[in-house]
Amino acid sequence: MSETEPVLVMRGIGKRFPGVVALDGVDLRLFPGEVHALMGENGAGKSTLIKVLTGAYHHDQGDITLGGEQVAFAGPHQAQQAGISTVYQEINLCPNLSVAENVLIGRSPTRFGRIRWSAMRRRAEDLLARLHLSIDVGSDLGTHSIAVQQMVAIARALDVDAKVLVLDEPTSSLDASEVDQLFRVMRGLKDEGIAILFVTHFLDQVYEIADRMTVLRNGRLVGEFRTAELSQLDLVAAMIGKELAALEDIEEAPRREVAALERGTPIVSAETLGRTGAIAPFSLAIHKGEVVGLAGLLGSGRTEIARLLFGADRADQGRLRVDGAPVAFRGPQSAMRHRIAYCPENRRTDGLVEDLTVRENIILAMQAARGWARPVPRGRQDELVARYVKALDIRPADPELPVRNLSGGNQQKVLLARWLITEPKLMILDEPTRGIDVGAKAEIQRLVVELSDGGMAVLFISAELEEVLRLSHKVAVLRDRRLVAELENTDGLDTDRVMAAIASGGAA
Amino acid sequence: MMDLDTKVAPAPVTARVRRFVPRQKYLPVTATAVLISLMYGIGVVNYTGFSDTQIVLNIFIDNAFLLVVAVGMTFVILTGGIDLSVGAVVALTTMVVALLLENGWPPAVVLPVALLMGSTIGLGMGLMIHYFDVQPFIATLAGMFLARGLCYVISTDSIPIDDPFWVRVSNAQLWFGGWFISISVLVALAVVLIAAYVLAYTTFGRDVYAVGGDPQSARLMGLRVGRTRVAVYTISGLCSGLGGVLLSFYMSSGYGLHASGMELDAIAAVVIGGTLLTGGSGYVLGTVLGVLVLGLIQTIITFQGNLSSWWTKIFIGLFLFVFIVLQRVVTRRRR
Amino acid sequence: MTTVVRHRLFWPLAMLVSLLVGNLFFTPDFFAVEVRDGHFYGALFDILRQGAPLLLVALGMTLVIATGGIDLSVGAVVAISGALACQQISGLGDQGAVGGVLFAVALALLLCAGLGLWNGFLVGVVGIQPIIATLILMIAGRGVAQLITDGQIINVNSPPYKAIATGFLLAVPVPIIIAAALVAIVAVVTRRTAFGMLLESVGGNAGASRLAGIRSRRLIIIAYVACAVCAGVAGLMVSSTVSSADGNNAGLLIELDAILAVVIGGTSLLGGRFSIAGTVIGAILIKTLDTTVYTIGIPPEVTLLFKAVVVVILCLVQAPAFRARFTRRQPAEVARA
Ligand SMILES: Nc1ncnc2c1ncn2[C@@H]1O[C@H](COP(=O)(O)OP(=O)(O)O)[C@@H](O)[C@H]1O
Ligand SMILES: [Mg+2]
Repeated sequence: MSETEPVLVMRGIGKRFPGVVALDGVDLRLFPGEVHALMGENGAGKSTLIKVLTGAYHHDQGDITLGGEQVAFAGPHQAQQAGISTVYQEINLCPNLSVAENVLIGRSPTRFGRIRWSAMRRRAEDLLARLHLSIDVGSDLGTHSIAVQQMVAIARALDVDAKVLVLDEPTSSLDASEVDQLFRVMRGLKDEGIAILFVTHFLDQVYEIADRMTVLRNGRLVGEFRTAELSQLDLVAAMIGKELAALEDIEEAPRREVAALERGTPIVSAETLGRTGAIAPFSLAIHKGEVVGLAGLLGSGRTEIARLLFGADRADQGRLRVDGAPVAFRGPQSAMRHRIAYCPENRRTDGLVEDLTVRENIILAMQAARGWARPVPRGRQDELVARYVKALDIRPADPELPVRNLSGGNQQKVLLARWLITEPKLMILDEPTRGIDVGAKAEIQRLVVELSDGGMAVLFISAELEEVLRLSHKVAVLRDRRLVAELENTDGLDTDRVMAAIASGGAA
Repeated sequence: MMDLDTKVAPAPVTARVRRFVPRQKYLPVTATAVLISLMYGIGVVNYTGFSDTQIVLNIFIDNAFLLVVAVGMTFVILTGGIDLSVGAVVALTTMVVALLLENGWPPAVVLPVALLMGSTIGLGMGLMIHYFDVQPFIATLAGMFLARGLCYVISTDSIPIDDPFWVRVSNAQLWFGGWFISISVLVALAVVLIAAYVLAYTTFGRDVYAVGGDPQSARLMGLRVGRTRVAVYTISGLCSGLGGVLLSFYMSSGYGLHASGMELDAIAAVVIGGTLLTGGSGYVLGTVLGVLVLGLIQTIITFQGNLSSWWTKIFIGLFLFVFIVLQRVVTRRRR
Repeated sequence: MTTVVRHRLFWPLAMLVSLLVGNLFFTPDFFAVEVRDGHFYGALFDILRQGAPLLLVALGMTLVIATGGIDLSVGAVVAISGALACQQISGLGDQGAVGGVLFAVALALLLCAGLGLWNGFLVGVVGIQPIIATLILMIAGRGVAQLITDGQIINVNSPPYKAIATGFLLAVPVPIIIAAALVAIVAVVTRRTAFGMLLESVGGNAGASRLAGIRSRRLIIIAYVACAVCAGVAGLMVSSTVSSADGNNAGLLIELDAILAVVIGGTSLLGGRFSIAGTVIGAILIKTLDTTVYTIGIPPEVTLLFKAVVVVILCLVQAPAFRARFTRRQPAEVARA
């Protein structure tokens, strides 16, 4: 095939969700035999574009041509039939089925309608071997770690005889050697003439593997670039764009003033706290006004630490102290009594009650603490909600709207407001900027700085290392469900050093 | 740098490949099997004549239709749905069979008509559930009302069946050694085997598990979720139709009050057999064991002899309770 | 106009009104209210009076469904409540003694509360799926009711007890007053305290509710207890109507009608948002349906068929996918899995 004929063209794609325009006039071209990076900050619309491509979402505007013919897939099944193989961002597999089936279901080898289980296992083993993974393919997928599940999802996509391979953040939980292995396979496929669309938030990986890239910002196309012609700095500028100004005051403030922090008795301190199967025993102290960042890959134990500190899971080893006194949390209520708050990673499933209104969602934690018999007086509710809707600039500013109709960023603010009205001493923020637009992201970062300046302790979890470094006084590094290093955020610390700490398991 | 407590052995190099939970998917079925043996043992020890193999065969004879219906229900529950219409469809089938035979239709026509009718009702409910997003509980409740309503439209009385073929089949005893079973048992066992095969060895069967495990993922994996969901309700309807035919052999009559509450027996059998109501996990073999449990309870109560009918109900409830709680305890560590 | 049509109670209400108007067509004096001996009579009052037990069961069921649960045992509880009350009253020296009857009623309701506690314990504490947990009591409960009555139908001759179903207070039939009072109590408790919101939160998203610090266990238990007590009151009405207790048939299949009433009233079986007004409309709608079949002269056997048709129509017009198809909008993203 010639270089000049794109195999896939998406033109003028538009997609809205309730309360948010996720995509607006986005173009994308994919050529055979190239690795094309789709870049953009969290919430730029990358995953949405991919789901539109595969028919998982129906777009409102624009058209898609594959191999010169216009297509409109009714669902992922048709996209697969047409030769588009996809690994979605959230691992979309069935945990109740075996590894082998997850790799092959939908195209299991059969003879006279009978599934040939042995052939199936063998083929799954071969596919996993290409990724240097050797596990019992007869075991249930749900019993494996996130990293393995991610590899299985990739293996599944590799099996298809595809023209286009789409990988949405496939490396979020993989370590350096696993990424290398994946890249080796990707290069092989590329040489076979397959077009690969690749999403990652690790910039180094983009420069290692991608030939060209398309940059999105807030659902709009910024441009299409050759990797060789765009410096990392320009790329970041393109991704952040004009809102750069919004981040500037945080950027400019030279590192959080570690020295200025008075570290007296920690507000919360964990001493060899652990939970079998979730997180190895760890020790961590968080002080008044301190922002502690948690860095590590997806599935490295970040959320597990947060849940232990909040009493959402019970520790089976070690001790937890609040203000120096030992405590034993029997559930989130106990943690809340000690004024600890937790904004979970997955807003939709763990955070918000989407049926309820903005007001009800904001008032929920405060009301839960009071019990059902003592309702927060309506006047006070309205006053509190109005204050925080204004302070956090929640839009639309109608407290009686069901929260499901808000955009991701505003939903996140509602969640923050829920905990802020309880006036916590420690706020645990698990991926608070994931899947929200750039403007809201800057606002939330600024809020974290303000809160810690006001004396609140913050545990800040994010996959974006830049963000962690921007905000934290101290960075705790995780790998494979262990806390492997604790780094003061002084001038010497940069993303490379954190990455090195992750890769080496703390030995660096 | 952190100093980590070293009480826990350092993770091996292959840590990222390790499994966090042991494989336990056979645990619920095994638990049921153990409990059933226990119950059987109690029966054998306490009642003379209980150890006769014919007692077990009688359970199958008396519950062949329930077994068929419960197998259909297993498909539905595996996808995370529920089918409340089965009892009513069974009753409607007995009614239609009796009516058609009374009007002189040949059995060779009546049989397919009965099966077709069951499947059609199931198909209708499946379409409603999938395309119009009606909750399965409500859609199949409507199906239940519809089928029972149709029964009474046909007749409010019982219609006897005296077609020679039907009489012959219902009286047939297949002897082997000193024991016998009915033709219905053979049919039921065939259904069980076919269902087990379909679930374990066909792509459709595996799709059923995938849809029950995570419908959203199944869709993104390119499986045709809609087709699968519609199909399981159709299968359940088909099984209800067949169950109705078997019941018409057993009862030699069609009646709108037949099989009342059978949907609950079927659901109970499936759940006792270790299939999760949330879908994605369970086996047909478990359902067979579930039906056996219900039958064994009945048998024990009959052997006890001096229990009034209300004690029967209380004991069934009690057994159900013990079973479900024990199963929960045994499978506690499952997440 | 469209906002009226979009209101979630529009379709049930429209259906109810058209049924009532349809009745008027067949029975011109359908809406007539007559005052006899200072008491109100009329077809509408009959519907309300006969519908009171269903309304009460559905009222309690609404709370359970709001938590994302379901209670199949209410029919059995209806039977147990009537059985215990009648058994107590039949043992009284003077069946007309108000004190004795009150004691019997209190005892019956207390037992029902205990049964609700049992259901709530199984669901909230042991963690058994609601449908299975309540199935246990659904089956065993009928046995318990017959155990209480010793398998007999107990007849009582007690004017105070009889008054529960057939008496009048200030010219209004007592069951209507009782039902209205309980609806008012539930409405006040759910909407004037935070109970309703927390219940909706637990039913809407149990995981998120836990992480917001809600102790769902207590709420769930309260919901099941309230449901059983409502069913208990309904059971008293049912047995008072005929002055007897039938452990086998009292409240048979009422759980299905109650669930239907709740769903017709716009409360989702998945839990979350609930509407008490909707449940009231749903229950009255179902009762009107029964009455309509009767007044129009359709044979009573066909009632079920009629009900099936109404349910299908109501479900379809309310299904987002169906609406989308007929308003020519993009099919809703969630509509297809
Ligand atoms: N299913 C959905 N419902 C509502 N909003 C969504 C949905 N999926 C994504 N969004 C919104 O669309 C925007 C783009 O999200 P996404 O495509 O996930 O971004 P990215 O993958 O680039 O991080 C975000 O504002 C997000 O909140
Ligand atoms: Mg994404």
